[in-house]
Amino acid sequence: MPEPDRIVSTTCPYCGVGCNLELHLKDDFVYRVTSPFDAVVNQGNLCVKGRFGYDFIYHPRRITTPLIRKQAQAAGARRQAFDLDEWQPVSWDEALDLVADRLVEIYRRDGPHALAVYCCAKATNEDNYLMQKMFRAVFRTNNVDHCTRLCHAGSVVALQQALGSSAMSNTAAEVIHSDCFIVTGSNTTENHPIISLQMKAAVQKHGARLIVIDPRRLELCDFADLWLPLKPGTNVPLFSAMAHVIINEGLVNQEFIDQRTEGFAEFKESLQKFTPEYAEMVSGVSRDLIVQAARMYATAERGAIYWGMGISQLSHGTASALSLIHLAFLTGHIGRQGTGLNPLRGQNNVQGASDMGAMPYHFPGYMLVDQPGNAERWEAAWNIEAGGLNRKRGLTTTEILSHAHPGGVRALYIMGENPMMSEPNLNRTRQHMQQLEFLVAQDLFINESGAFADVFLPAASWAEKEGTFTNTDRRVQRVRQALSPRGGSRPDWQIICDLAVRIEQRLGVTRSAFWDYQHPDQILSELSSVVPEYAGVKYPRIEKVGLQVPVWDDTHNGTPYLFGESFPRGRGKFHPLDYVPVVEMPDDEYPFILTTGRVLEHWHGGTMTRHSQLNTLYPEARLEINPVDAELMGVVDGQTLRVSSRRGSLVLRASVTNKITAGVVFIPFHFAEAAANLLTIDELDPQAKIPEFKACAVQIHAADEAELVDPQAKLERGRY
Amino acid sequence: MPQRGFPDTAFLNGARMSNLINLTIDGQPVTSPNGTTLLEAARQIGEVIPTICYHEHCTANGLCRLCVVEVEGARVLAPACVTPVAEGQNVKTRSERVLRSRRVILEMLHSTVDLSEAPEIMEFIQEYQAQPDRFPGAEPRSVPFLDDNPMFVRDYSQCVLCWRCVQVCADDAQYAFAINFKGRGYETQIATFFDQPLPATSCVFCGQCIGVCPTGALKPKREWLLEQDLSLDEILQMTQPERKKRRRPD
Repeated sequence: MPEPDRIVSTTCPYCGVGCNLELHLKDDFVYRVTSPFDAVVNQGNLCVKGRFGYDFIYHPRRITTPLIRKQAQAAGARRQAFDLDEWQPVSWDEALDLVADRLVEIYRRDGPHALAVYCCAKATNEDNYLMQKMFRAVFRTNNVDHCTRLCHAGSVVALQQALGSSAMSNTAAEVIHSDCFIVTGSNTTENHPIISLQMKAAVQKHGARLIVIDPRRLELCDFADLWLPLKPGTNVPLFSAMAHVIINEGLVNQEFIDQRTEGFAEFKESLQKFTPEYAEMVSGVSRDLIVQAARMYATAERGAIYWGMGISQLSHGTASALSLIHLAFLTGHIGRQGTGLNPLRGQNNVQGASDMGAMPYHFPGYMLVDQPGNAERWEAAWNIEAGGLNRKRGLTTTEILSHAHPGGVRALYIMGENPMMSEPNLNRTRQHMQQLEFLVAQDLFINESGAFADVFLPAASWAEKEGTFTNTDRRVQRVRQALSPRGGSRPDWQIICDLAVRIEQRLGVTRSAFWDYQHPDQILSELSSVVPEYAGVKYPRIEKVGLQVPVWDDTHNGTPYLFGESFPRGRGKFHPLDYVPVVEMPDDEYPFILTTGRVLEHWHGGTMTRHSQLNTLYPEARLEINPVDAELMGVVDGQTLRVSSRRGSLVLRASVTNKITAGVVFIPFHFAEAAANLLTIDELDPQAKIPEFKACAVQIHAADEAELVDPQAKLERGRY
Repeated sequence: MPQRGFPDTAFLNGARMSNLINLTIDGQPVTSPNGTTLLEAARQIGEVIPTICYHEHCTANGLCRLCVVEVEGARVLAPACVTPVAEGQNVKTRSERVLRSRRVILEMLHSTVDLSEAPEIMEFIQEYQAQPDRFPGAEPRSVPFLDDNPMFVRDYSQCVLCWRCVQVCADDAQYAFAINFKGRGYETQIATFFDQPLPATSCVFCGQCIGVCPTGALKPKREWLLEQDLSLDEILQMTQPERKKRRRPD
């Protein structure tokens, strides 16, 4: 049994649950991961990614020296370079000088709107705060965004409109206090594994009733009282019909509606059309199930709703989330323990990156850039002349790339994201990437996006730096350095500070915005001096147990659940809705609806997990198809298929399974060899700008195994 | 709220305790809430009863019997981890009968199971002066070493059958139900159904079983390779097969 040199407590870098980890090390080698049984978030439980998925740190392909492209790349003719032969290793000075020179050149020539940055929901709060600070304070642009746009933007906008806040209202572990909860658009078992354990315990040990509403027969359905298998993109009519039933049967909490909400009369009027019969016709869910679900949720003493991307990733994602929020307003299932509206945030630090202002419409702390008074506060904090900060809303993640053309965005800085896997309609994304004049990638590996870059800056992994993550239930937790950065890699915050100073020098800035931080705790202190919600979040206070924001001052102990007395916007607002179908409905030519998502063993674009042992366990993408469809199409389990949409085409093996409903097929989006987003449609929600990842039309044909990119990779799993 | 599914176990975590129970442990009066186990009650007076299969965060099953205590008037020794306190009980945690019983349990364990990586049990053997060679004719259990997945290895010749791994794989934590006992008596072993390799079962590789294993029976693969005196590079080569080069249309 090896004796560990040291055991380091830190926070898991994968999903939004934010499990506490203990890394056991010998000679800078993590050989075992455990979790303390008294950890408030996960009670000692971990999933396969947290327990085993950290070995990407040591992967031979990891980049640990700054690189520049040997062959200069021109806008319009940019090519991907995955091989190290195409890159020149250089010193940090050389790499950062080149980045500073080019960014300043483009800034001087075209102005602030020509620059843009993707911050990173995997990086720490401190990294994200500094990255948006650099682009706002130095380059005066609000073209700052990150992948929250691609996951919960619809939920965030809806929650902002209806309540004035956008985080999960309750603590995940509170689910055991619910006596009925709805899980919809979320494959919690695979995407928030530890929260799903708490959900299962709530059902099995605490007698809660569970309603699953999803086009897939997810593992959670084994624990559910009701499963409503709706067609993708029919959330609005389904939830509105539930609201219809709740009102018609007099199950509303009139006191709550009168005291805490507004717009009810108009909303009630708008529900006329959403009868259960109509919803059955549109969504394919029997009216009986809709009525039962409405009664079960409305008559519960403590009802809660948990949702995922299935609600938000639609061209009407905002409306879809609003229709769900209405259910909580009607029944008063919010603002108490065991109730609430809970969007399960995907990334380990997507809540934090959003809090840190890594968004184009908001300074840190959700201060709108175009609302008077906000820019002034940050000008004071960043030592900038009055009126210096840009007050115009910037471009969102999806818009940044679609504006990559002369006169638009010319230079893009990508910290840790992989748009070439995560954007919809990748063939078009590729064209946009090619149009960039200058591209910087700051990451661990040369991924599909970094391969387009001019300069690659090797960042330290989460185990090699200090900082904080904010998890899905708003808990700010410490990330600790367990080992020295591999090779010449450096923590993101240090790279940003070093670069920002070089840029300020070139611009001849006399009043520096300050970049001389000695430790990330100084960065968080700077933020918490301006953002009230983080005012009481200080490193010494979160060494053992994280605090849940808002933490209003140094003596405040954080906020387990929100909206006890009121909503941030005052009264909760009902929004009358209409049913808008998904943009691309199936037809004779493209008869199946494709929906996308994730699997337990992998993470998003795969930059980390596909460079890990996890890839051995789950080496290939599979198309999930219902046995009924399979028989009609003559498809057998394991058969190679070509799947095509109007935008692209890919080849992969099929899994014939009841997990997916007839008429719908599913592909996880982690695998570059069969990238699901080649097929998805780049239609955006008009308000949230979130793409419609969850529904597009595809056709399926038999293909030859030789057409697979990697026929050797074969999935051998028995799990659900 | 209706209780469904599994039986109501709320009393085990003290959630439903109205009345207090008075008893005597090792001559000292103790007052504990109804539903407390003797193990917990003894802890109140600083008496730590030795355990192997018991884990604070798992359901106790009273399997290893190391925690037995003598309850006056009872015919047999009682496993403290699952025996609830009762009014007027007189409990001895270190009587001669108890000590002898613990010693024999440890001697039998040592004669059949490889305890080389179970330091806590080895300490008990010292403490209770158990004779490792008490049963010279015993046949040590030898079962094939299992290396059937990329994540962890299983060496059941080190397994003391504490059942913690089975509990966390079931409704103590994961609800995956991938493993259980197979065989009877001496042949008992933890196994997957039909002895399938783990990847073919409902195992989700959460590793909770490793987290609660009291011996070296379950180990992350990298830890096991590190023990084989392999270098970091060698370990990585064995655990990170190179991905095929990307073939991309341009």
